[in-house]
Amino acid sequence: MIWSKYSAPQVFYPLAGRLIPWFAAVAVLLMIVGLYMGFFVAPTDFQQGESYRIIFVHVPAAWMSMFLYVVMAIWAGVGMGLNARLSFMMAQAIAPTGAMFTFLALLTGAMWGKPTWGAWWVWDARLTSELILLFQYAGVMLLRTSIDDARRADRSSAVFALVGVVNVPIIYYSVQWWNTLHQGASVSMATGSKMAATMLMAMLIMTIAFWLYSIAVILARVRCVMVERESLPTWDEKPAAMSEAVEAR
Amino acid sequence: MKPRHKRFAFIGLGLVVVVVATWLVMNALKSNLSLFHTPTEVANGEVPKGRPFRIGGMVEDGSLKREGDGLTVHFVVTDTAKRVPVTYKGILPDLFKEGKGAVAQGQLAPDGTFVASEVLAKHDENYMPPEAAAAMAKAKASGAQQSKSLVVPEGRKDSL
Repeated sequence: MIWSKYSAPQVFYPLAGRLIPWFAAVAVLLMIVGLYMGFFVAPTDFQQGESYRIIFVHVPAAWMSMFLYVVMAIWAGVGMGLNARLSFMMAQAIAPTGAMFTFLALLTGAMWGKPTWGAWWVWDARLTSELILLFQYAGVMLLRTSIDDARRADRSSAVFALVGVVNVPIIYYSVQWWNTLHQGASVSMATGSKMAATMLMAMLIMTIAFWLYSIAVILARVRCVMVERESLPTWDEKPAAMSEAVEAR
Repeated sequence: MKPRHKRFAFIGLGLVVVVVATWLVMNALKSNLSLFHTPTEVANGEVPKGRPFRIGGMVEDGSLKREGDGLTVHFVVTDTAKRVPVTYKGILPDLFKEGKGAVAQGQLAPDGTFVASEVLAKHDENYMPPEAAAAMAKAKASGAQQSKSLVVPEGRKDSL
């Protein structure tokens, strides 16, 4: 397996460094395009007027919050199964970005709820399960920082992340399973889209932008985690210092 | 089986147990996890008595009446099977409309009227420009589109 060589931090570190600017640049570009389309090109909505436009941030953020949790749980599971350090580091690097998107989804949701529903917050199944997701991200991060031994911290937070993954389908299907104030899905694999084409296009562009942003930020963070955990000088900048530090062990 | 296969099997088994446990809990809590009760549930007496709860459904067409003070409103919430008359004194959300969804919090009066202390509008998952909505309403009125949903037909998406 050729890919396994990238599981070595020494190989992955410079590779990630080379990829970050590309992901970041395309993310910024798509965000500009997506927001422009969302705010200036997409038509006004027949019911909600202009206030629906928060959807172009809200829905991609909510999707990313769930998607990143699943990815984090997969890395945690792979880490547990293979005892691979890099997997745990990836899981650790994903958590803050996932928490940020969860918070963003909740915040934009509140800003959207007030003018449309008439309330900032209601305790319906969709909103509550998304709030629980935020607590789960916080739990994963807290558990890690509260245990000094890195291996034990990795395993504990991995178990926590894996158990919590059941909440993701609950969030997704909450609007179908229970009576909620939150509306159903506008875009789904089963029924297609219930939005005008330009609205959908802007939303999908924003989703790809958020996804690329997440990759860039997570790769940058995982590099920091590597340097922090291995107590090594940054690898690609000081190769000599690195090999010295490795040999000294 | 190698040790790592065992570990993966263990993780998989653990996840299955957690999913089953969650499913059982969710099933047990089914009714408690819903934000509101439907008019049918109200009619069947499946709602808490003597304490506030929420009802949700469509605001019946032509049922919205305002009193002289301009604040008190009367309307009927329906799930097409049963109807519940609602009284509310306060400001309605902008999106509150006849024929659209609403959720009201309050208590049942002895005469069967629901006295609401808070009314929220429930909008649906369809987004389209006003012209498209008008065209669709027109098509519906002429009988061209019988579907109750507002889903944009496949062929017409490009014209929006």
